[in-house]
Amino acid sequence: MTSAKTELEGFVAEVVDRYGRDRRNLLQVLRTVQDQQGCVCDDAVQTVGQAIGVPAMNVRSVVEFYSFLHGTPRGQYDVLFSDNIVDRMLGKEGLMARLCERLGVEPGVPRADGRVTVDNTSCTGMPDQGPAILVNGLALTHLTPSRVDTIADLIERGVPLQKWPGIYCEVEDNVRRRDLLLGTPFIDGSGIRAVLAQGPDAVLDEMMTSGLRGLGGAGFKTAQKWALSRAAAGHEHFVVCNADEGEPGTFKDRVLLQGHANLLFEGMTVCARVIGARRGFLYLRGEYRYMLELLEHTLAQRRRAGLLGKGILGTEGFDFDIEIHLGAGAYICGEESALLESLAGKRGVPRKRPPFPVTHGHDNEPTVVNNVETFSAAAKIAANGGAWWAAKGTATSPGTKLLSVSGDCARPGVYEYPFGITIQEILDDCGASDTAAVQVAGPAGQLVPKRDFGRKIAYEDVATGGSFMIFNHTRDLLAVVRNFAAFFAHESCGFCTPCRVGTSLMRDLVEKVATGNGTQYDLEEMKHLGKIMKQASHCGLGLTAPNPVLGSLDKFPEIWTEKLKSKDFEPAFDLDGALSEARALTGRDDVHAHIA
Amino acid sequence: MSDQQTITIDGREVPFTEGQTIMDAALAAEVYVPHLCHNPEFVPHGSCRLCVVKVNGRFQSACTAPAAAGQVIDNSSDEIMDMRRTLLQMLFVEGNHVCPACEKSGRCQLQALAYYTGMLSPHFTHFFPLRRIDASHPDVVLDFNRCILCELCVRASRDVDKKNVFGITGRGINAKLIVNAASGKLGDTGFSVEDKAFHVCPVGAILPKHKGFEVPIGERLYDQQPISVVGDVAAHDEENAHA
Ligand SMILES: Cc1cc2nc3c(=O)[nH]c(=O)nc-3n(C[C@H](O)[C@H](O)[C@H](O)COP(=O)(O)O)c2cc1C
Ligand code: SF4
Ligand code: SF4
Repeated sequence: MTSAKTELEGFVAEVVDRYGRDRRNLLQVLRTVQDQQGCVCDDAVQTVGQAIGVPAMNVRSVVEFYSFLHGTPRGQYDVLFSDNIVDRMLGKEGLMARLCERLGVEPGVPRADGRVTVDNTSCTGMPDQGPAILVNGLALTHLTPSRVDTIADLIERGVPLQKWPGIYCEVEDNVRRRDLLLGTPFIDGSGIRAVLAQGPDAVLDEMMTSGLRGLGGAGFKTAQKWALSRAAAGHEHFVVCNADEGEPGTFKDRVLLQGHANLLFEGMTVCARVIGARRGFLYLRGEYRYMLELLEHTLAQRRRAGLLGKGILGTEGFDFDIEIHLGAGAYICGEESALLESLAGKRGVPRKRPPFPVTHGHDNEPTVVNNVETFSAAAKIAANGGAWWAAKGTATSPGTKLLSVSGDCARPGVYEYPFGITIQEILDDCGASDTAAVQVAGPAGQLVPKRDFGRKIAYEDVATGGSFMIFNHTRDLLAVVRNFAAFFAHESCGFCTPCRVGTSLMRDLVEKVATGNGTQYDLEEMKHLGKIMKQASHCGLGLTAPNPVLGSLDKFPEIWTEKLKSKDFEPAFDLDGALSEARALTGRDDVHAHIA
Repeated sequence: MSDQQTITIDGREVPFTEGQTIMDAALAAEVYVPHLCHNPEFVPHGSCRLCVVKVNGRFQSACTAPAAAGQVIDNSSDEIMDMRRTLLQMLFVEGNHVCPACEKSGRCQLQALAYYTGMLSPHFTHFFPLRRIDASHPDVVLDFNRCILCELCVRASRDVDKKNVFGITGRGINAKLIVNAASGKLGDTGFSVEDKAFHVCPVGAILPKHKGFEVPIGERLYDQQPISVVGDVAAHDEENAHA
C-alpha cells in the first residue's frame, strides 16, 4: 500500500470518527474530505464507503448528485458565478468573461496548472448586492471590473482567501422595511419562558389563533403541522429548519440567519417543547457556508445561557439541542422530503407522499419541517400571543411577510410588509420606475405584468416564499424565461420521467425559439410539454418548472411571437450543418452537398 | 361483497382492502394500469409516472396512492393516454432505443406500451447520449443505452439479493445507472444470473449472453397479445425471457 493511500485512510477514518461513524453524516463527511483534498477522488470514495459502511457506488452517487462535490480536482481556487437573472442584469456575464480572460481559462474547465476553475452556479442568494460569486464556497458580493482584476491577481499570486480584502466578503443585510418580525423587540428566552409558563397546549392554541402559515411559500398552517406531529406516535420527535433558500431571488432567510439567529433557534426550541423533540437540525444551504461559524457561535452562547442543551432554563427533562447540516448545491433539497433525504446523507430525491414528514420524517419519526421565517415568527407569537400576529395582514393570510426585492429598483433589499400589500406599493417603496413586469415567488412563481400591479401579496392572491424580482422596460423578458428554463433543467433531481426529460426538452425548445429558429408549432409544443409535466411530475419542482414558459406565453405572448420565423415548422437542428462531417469525409463542398 | 370498500376505475367498481394502493387493487381485479417501474414484488417507486391516473380530478401515481373508498379514477381517457404517450416518447428520446436491433424486441415493456398507447414516433428531438455497453460479465451484457432508470434492478439487488450491485448516479438528464465496482464494470461485481436483479429489467438493458433470438420475432410475448392482457414481462420470465 502506498503511503499516500495510508494517509488518505488515516484522514478519512479521523473524519468519519468525528461524525460518529454515522452514515447519516455522509454528506458532511464528503464536504470535509473535499475541503481538505480538493475533491472526492475514486480512492476517497472507496475509503469513505468502507469507513462509514455504505457501498462505494452509493458514495459516488452522492458525490455526483450535489453541484458542490467533485470527483475530480477543480482549481485550487474554485470560482462560481451566481447565474441568477438579476446577477446577469448587474453585469455577471461580462465580469465572468473578463475573469476567464485574465486567468486564461474556459468556463468549467480547470486550468492546466490546477490553479483555478471558473464556472456558473445557481443563485447564491445575493441579488441585492450582486453580481456575486463563491470562491471555495465563500460568498463574495458587489463584483466590479476592478475587483475582478484584483481577484485575478490574487489568484495568480496564490494569496490565500483569508488574506483577500475583507470588504469583498461583506454581506449587507439591506433591511429596508421592518414590521412585526424585524421591527419589534424580542428578549431571548421569552418565547421559551412563555411555553414553560403556559404549557404546550396553550402555546399551540396561540399559534392557532395567530393563523400563522408556512412562510417558505406553501402556506400550510403551522399550528396544524405542529399538532399533527405532536399527536403522531414515534420513538423520538424531530424539529428541522429549512434554511435551503434555493429559490432564485430569495435572500430573506439569509438576513434572518445572519442577524436574528437567536429568534430562529428560539422558535425551534418552542416547537421542540410543543412536540416533545430532543434533537433539531438546521439544514443550511451550502451557499451560506460563510455563516457557519457565526451560527455555531450563537448556538454555543445559547447553551451557556441555558436556552439550549440539557434542562433548558432549569426545567428538568426539557432537553433539546440543534445541529447544523450543510447542503452542497442542490435546489431540490429545499423540498422538505428531499431535504430529509439529504439530512440522512443521501441523494436529495423527494420521497413518496404519503406518508408525510409530520408522521414519517427524519429517521422515519414524526418531524416538523418549517422555514427559517416561520420558526422566527413562531418564537415571537409564543412570547406575544396569537392575536398580536393576527392583527396584521388579511383574514386568510395573517401577519407579515419578508420579501426579497431585487432587480431594477433603487433600493434592493428585504422588506417586511403585512400580507395584503399591493405590488405597486412595493415598487413605489423600493424606488422602481418604468417597471414592465415583476417575477414573484421565483422561477416557479409568476411573471406579473404591469396591468396586474394592483394585485396583493397574499396566499389568496399572489402567493410567495419571498422572491420579488423587478424588470424594467429595457429588459428582454425572454432572457428571463431562458434563464429560468435552464435553471430547472440543471436542478431537476432526475428521479421522474416528466421532469428529468421534460425540463431539458423545454430548455432546448426555449433556446430554439429565443435564437430565432422557432415557429408557431414550437410554441404549441411547449404548451403541450408543459401540460404533461404539470400532470405527471412527482414533486413540486417538476410541477412548477413549466410556469415561466406557460405563464409568459399567456401573459406576454408578444415576447415569443416576435421571435418566430414565419414558417409553420422548423427542424430542431441545422440540417446543413449535420452534413458537414460527411462533406469533410468525402472532400465535397459543391452545391449538391448542401441543403439550403 | 356488500360491506367491501370499493373504488371506481373507468366506471368499473374495484374492491380494495385497507393499505392497498390503487395499483394493488387494480392488479388484483385484473384492471390494467400501464406501468414500467412497478413490480408487485418490490416496494413501489413512482418514478416512471406511466401509471399516473386522475383520482377525483387530481393526478396521482396509482402505484403510490393509497386506495380510499369512493375514489373515482380515470385510467383511460384521451387526456391520460396522451400523457402516457408523451412520457413514453420522452423515454425513447432520452436513451438509444433501436428496436429492430434489440434482442428484447417483442418482450420489452417500453415497446409494448408504445404500441398500447398508439405511439407512432418518438416525436421529440433525440438526445443521442453516448453510453458504452458493459460486456465484462461472463454471462450478462449490460446495455446502458436502453436503461430507463426504473430502478427495478437496484431494488432487487438491494432488497432481495442483498448485493447492492446497481445504483443511480448523476442528476437531472445526466442521471444514469452504475454498478458497485471500483472499475465500474459488472464483471467485477458479484452479479450472477441467479440473482433476482437479473430477472426484473422491463427493457433490454440487462440481457443474457450466448443467447439470441431463440424465440423468433413474431412469436414473442407481446407479439401475440397486448401488454394490457399479458402484463409484465418479468411475470413471464420462465416461459419467455429465457426460452
Ligand atoms: C422544489 C422545491 C423547493 C423548495 N425550496 C424551499 C426552500 O428553499 N426553503 C423553504 O423553506 N421551503 C422550500 N420548499 C417548501 C418545502 O417543501 C416546505 O413546504 C417548507 O419547508 C415548509 O415550511 P413552512 O411551512 O414553514 O413554509 C420547496 C419546495 C419545493 C417543491
Ligand atoms: S419532479 Fe423533478 S425534482 Fe421532483 S422528483 Fe421528479 S425529477 Fe425529481
Ligand atoms: S437496467 Fe433495466 S431494471 Fe435496471 S434501472 Fe435500467 S431499465 Fe430498470
